[in-house]
Amino acid sequence: MSVLEKELNEHEKLEQFIARIEAGDKIEADDWMPEEYRMALIKLISMHGISEIMGALPEKEWVPKAPSLRRKLGIMAKVQDEMGHGQLLLRVAEDLLKPYGKDRGDLMMDLFSGKLKFHNVFHMPAKTWADAGVIGWLVDGAAIITQTNMLNSSYGPYSRALHRICAEEVFHAHHGESIIMALAEGTEEQRNMLQESLNGWWEALLMFFGPASSTTTGSSKQDVTIKYKIRTSTNEELRQSFFTKYIPRIQSLGLTIPDPTFRFDEEQQLWIYQQPDWTKFKQIITNNGPRSQARLNLRRVSYETNAWVRDALSAVSN
Amino acid sequence: MTEQKITAAPENKDAIVSLLFQLADDDFLYSFRGSEWLGLAPHIEEDVASSSISQDSMGHAAMYYQLLEELGLGNADALAHLRPANKRKNCTLVERPNGEGCYMEVPKYDWAYAVVRNYFYTVAKKIKIESLKNCSYDPLAQVAVKVNIELYYHLLHWKTWFVQLLSSTEEAKQRMQGAIDQVMKDFGDVFSLGTDGENIVGLGLIEDENVLLQRWIDQMQTVFESINLSIPDIPSAPALNGRNFEHTEDLDSAIATLSEVYRLDTAAAW
Repeated sequence: MSVLEKELNEHEKLEQFIARIEAGDKIEADDWMPEEYRMALIKLISMHGISEIMGALPEKEWVPKAPSLRRKLGIMAKVQDEMGHGQLLLRVAEDLLKPYGKDRGDLMMDLFSGKLKFHNVFHMPAKTWADAGVIGWLVDGAAIITQTNMLNSSYGPYSRALHRICAEEVFHAHHGESIIMALAEGTEEQRNMLQESLNGWWEALLMFFGPASSTTTGSSKQDVTIKYKIRTSTNEELRQSFFTKYIPRIQSLGLTIPDPTFRFDEEQQLWIYQQPDWTKFKQIITNNGPRSQARLNLRRVSYETNAWVRDALSAVSN
Repeated sequence: MTEQKITAAPENKDAIVSLLFQLADDDFLYSFRGSEWLGLAPHIEEDVASSSISQDSMGHAAMYYQLLEELGLGNADALAHLRPANKRKNCTLVERPNGEGCYMEVPKYDWAYAVVRNYFYTVAKKIKIESLKNCSYDPLAQVAVKVNIELYYHLLHWKTWFVQLLSSTEEAKQRMQGAIDQVMKDFGDVFSLGTDGENIVGLGLIEDENVLLQRWIDQMQTVFESINLSIPDIPSAPALNGRNFEHTEDLDSAIATLSEVYRLDTAAAW
């Protein structure tokens, strides 16, 4: 086959591929896919998977401290689910990595070197029990919105994993909401703890969805992922949906939105808000956020301390 | 062991309460040590599996504390969170830390110790639960039936790790042997029923501690033989007997962590 014929074939394959996703077909792990698509999926799904695992760490800090037997059981179940999501997603990512001869160990190494990022929201400190509630309610609430946006992703294995994850996330949001309700209806000290927590997480919640366009940080993968029908809405559309869903709920608990300029503009049909400090965002996503290094270090130490276990297991299986 | 059922009448109550505190405090602390491992296990699959076990164990503790609440000992959450170390009846083994360092900063936890502790504890728990299925105090017998169902998987899980690591690399074998020695030092009070033992056994709540211990030895003998090892010695007189409120300082710090938020306002609803 001549080079020209091969190129034509590649071109035809791409056309067929685009036609398939345009028709709403699902792409499977062994199907042909353009390099750009595979790379975008690897980046997205490995980051999503590792974020679930890193995301267990801020909540884990509150697992033993949860203030009743019922809350202890609830938060244990919740964090376990997050680890389970991480496992499910990393398996999807591992299948995509196969042609490159890479596996989970490589993903861990990429995490430690900073090449593989984890979600910006999990670089933040969880200082009080109210933070554990806010993570469950609003951070998971934000996650439901971004994940629902990809529920019908063109990549079948990711779409199926997300269906399962979203079903569980709904329980998590209830778990978080229940913690929040108890605090909101509680003593003055509990209500103050809750308001302070909202103040502390507000900027992180805005940043959660990422900048509106790539001009803010110099790069964004939202254009590629929309082109390939991996996702449908833009970052800003998702942030607006989050406001629409949660602002009335936050206000109904008697909490104050920590942004005096925050309002709904009837004319534009948009929520108007004070932009978060996107310079801070850039620092966070390069692992220079408040708890970035401490959390990475926790993973690194556990990876090194358990190296002998991995060796022992591979000796048994060989 | 008597087939007759008893009630929590005043003459029986002390023994029932004593045994329930032993069971509740054991699982509460065991679950706590397990939950400190969250996010730090050797691989992600293990993290999911062992956190499920910690969760089940917290559920077991909650059921025992609930029985104590029903006996008028106070609110289950208060019993779990507020009792100081010198009022606790858990065995020494479950209060020991997972290794060096705090779970919040730079924990250097020892997986060999976790596997040995969890396996030995779970075998002991299973033997007690089998005996408690015939407990003369019916509410406890009913809880034992529920706990028993989940224990099957816990046992299978820890046995698999135990046998695998002892059948693997030299390093793994050495670490496991070290962990076995360490765990056995604290094993003396695991089956102890404390100073209330005679009363507890006399009322038919559970079988004699020596009978239960012998069952543990017999079962472990088979496992040790299958991997060409001999069963370690069990200290006859424990250095500390947790059933009689004798504890290490590690229990104080564990309780401080477990109750940090609850103690902010013990009257508040959380």
